[in-house]
Amino acid sequence: MERPLTQRIFAAVAGWGLAIIMFFPILWMAMTAFKREPEAIASPPLIFFEPTLRNFEQVLDRADYLHFFFNSVIVSVGSTLLGLAVGLPAAYALAFHPGKRAKDLLVWMLSTKMMPAVGVLVPIYLMFKSAGLLDSRIGLVVLYMLVNLPIIIWMLFTFFREVPREILEAARLDGARPLRQFIHLLIPLTAPGIASTALLSIILAWNEAFWSINLTVSNATPLTAFIASFSSPQGLFWAKLSAASLLAIGPILVFGWITQRQLVRGLTFGAVK
Amino acid sequence: MQRNASTDSIGPMISTRPLLAPSVILLLIWMIVPLALTLWFSMQRYSLLDASAGGFVGFRNYVFLFTDPNLFNALANTIFLVAGVLVASVVIGLACAVALDQQFPGRGIARLLCIAPFFVMPTVSALIWKNLLMHPVNGLFAYISRTLGLPVVDWFAQWPLFSVGVIVAWQWIPFATLILLTSLQSLDRDQVEAARMDGAKGLRLFRFITLPHLARSITIVVMIETIFLLSVFAEIFVTTAGGPGNASTTLPFLIYKVALLDYNVGWASAGGVIAIILANIVAYFLVRTISHNLDR
Repeated sequence: MERPLTQRIFAAVAGWGLAIIMFFPILWMAMTAFKREPEAIASPPLIFFEPTLRNFEQVLDRADYLHFFFNSVIVSVGSTLLGLAVGLPAAYALAFHPGKRAKDLLVWMLSTKMMPAVGVLVPIYLMFKSAGLLDSRIGLVVLYMLVNLPIIIWMLFTFFREVPREILEAARLDGARPLRQFIHLLIPLTAPGIASTALLSIILAWNEAFWSINLTVSNATPLTAFIASFSSPQGLFWAKLSAASLLAIGPILVFGWITQRQLVRGLTFGAVK
Repeated sequence: MQRNASTDSIGPMISTRPLLAPSVILLLIWMIVPLALTLWFSMQRYSLLDASAGGFVGFRNYVFLFTDPNLFNALANTIFLVAGVLVASVVIGLACAVALDQQFPGRGIARLLCIAPFFVMPTVSALIWKNLLMHPVNGLFAYISRTLGLPVVDWFAQWPLFSVGVIVAWQWIPFATLILLTSLQSLDRDQVEAARMDGAKGLRLFRFITLPHLARSITIVVMIETIFLLSVFAEIFVTTAGGPGNASTTLPFLIYKVALLDYNVGWASAGGVIAIILANIVAYFLVRTISHNLDR
């Protein structure tokens, strides 16, 4: 049924209006990243200006920016790979060979995610300190893996559960052993699901800011904590701040957009699909 | 089809213990060790500055904690922040979800723009808002106020907690949007058309068909956001650092200050226990809702 024209115009105006308001701070940051420093703080604010790449050159010229960027890559990808290695077998077992306690186990895993980070800040800080893990990448990799493991297992579990039983049943009758089933059938069948699980884990680790600020000093500092150092009031370098920020959020924003439909289930533990 | 997680298995029973063991052991350690240490430290006189201080003090840290006005200030700030952001994100998120559920040109792109803030790291979003938008001299809002002849607001000095709330809400509106939109799209179109035929329209349709359908998703959004909002830290760290005074010090930030700036481990651990109890009250209901879902 075709709606009247006025209603369709209203729908477009409302949808686009809200979208532009929500996106505006990012857009404004992206514009500022291409301004010169005096233009960035000019009043009235400049909407039209001659874009320059100078901020990006200066940010990237500082060798340490790449250092922080690679820390973010290592920490988020490392913790995700480790999380998948540990979580894939567990999700497989829970989805296809559930024992009596499978449900309790899942619920318990979920409940470990409810621990507020700040509640265990003191012991984790002291344990890291005595183990020499403060400001180390390996410490963050392990920590982020533990933080995201329940989400990884749950999300994989919901994808595995959707695999039609008949397919696996047929494979079994053909004599495929569980490991063969897993590698040759299940992994290809659920590849999109596994990929979105990995992306969500990377996104969450990349954007994590509590542990990275409190447990790193410089050697292992990822971008979240590095950007926080711009908050000290030593002059207004807004254009460089914006360029550094744009580089920091760019890749993750694209990941988020790619996987937006699947990550709802990961974020809600399968409660909303 | 009814499917029960605990009955159907595929193929020969294989031993699942080796598959599950790594996850279970890791999560068990991760849950128990820090928790036990927090509880233990919370009953110790323990300062990183004063090595001679030590020993079991029972509940004395808790007594200090509950007679400290800073704690109640921090708790009040936490509740204000969490409640404010929840209301804002659910109401605006619902508006975005309903708007994006309509047919209009470029809907896919509008959807991407709407959910983008969720993927921005907290330190970046806090600094964009603090500097580019809310700075009292060079910020865009200050310029708009001056142009309109309104008084210029020094956001983080005058309304620190509110300003932090605006940033946090901006980050969490997309989360509500995404989940409510997913839920809206599973709404039975035939039911809507039938109600429309019966003469229901506009707000009545929304009130009696759409909103009841969304009730469960809204509950889930509220609970999951609460868990995360109880831990908001970076946004305060880079904008107000808890100030001015302690006007924007929430419970997580207070614990951080006492632990890593004052080095009072005992006191901070007692605060940590309070934070864990608070989060677990919410978690209890969340876990119940989600585990109901497993039986479907």
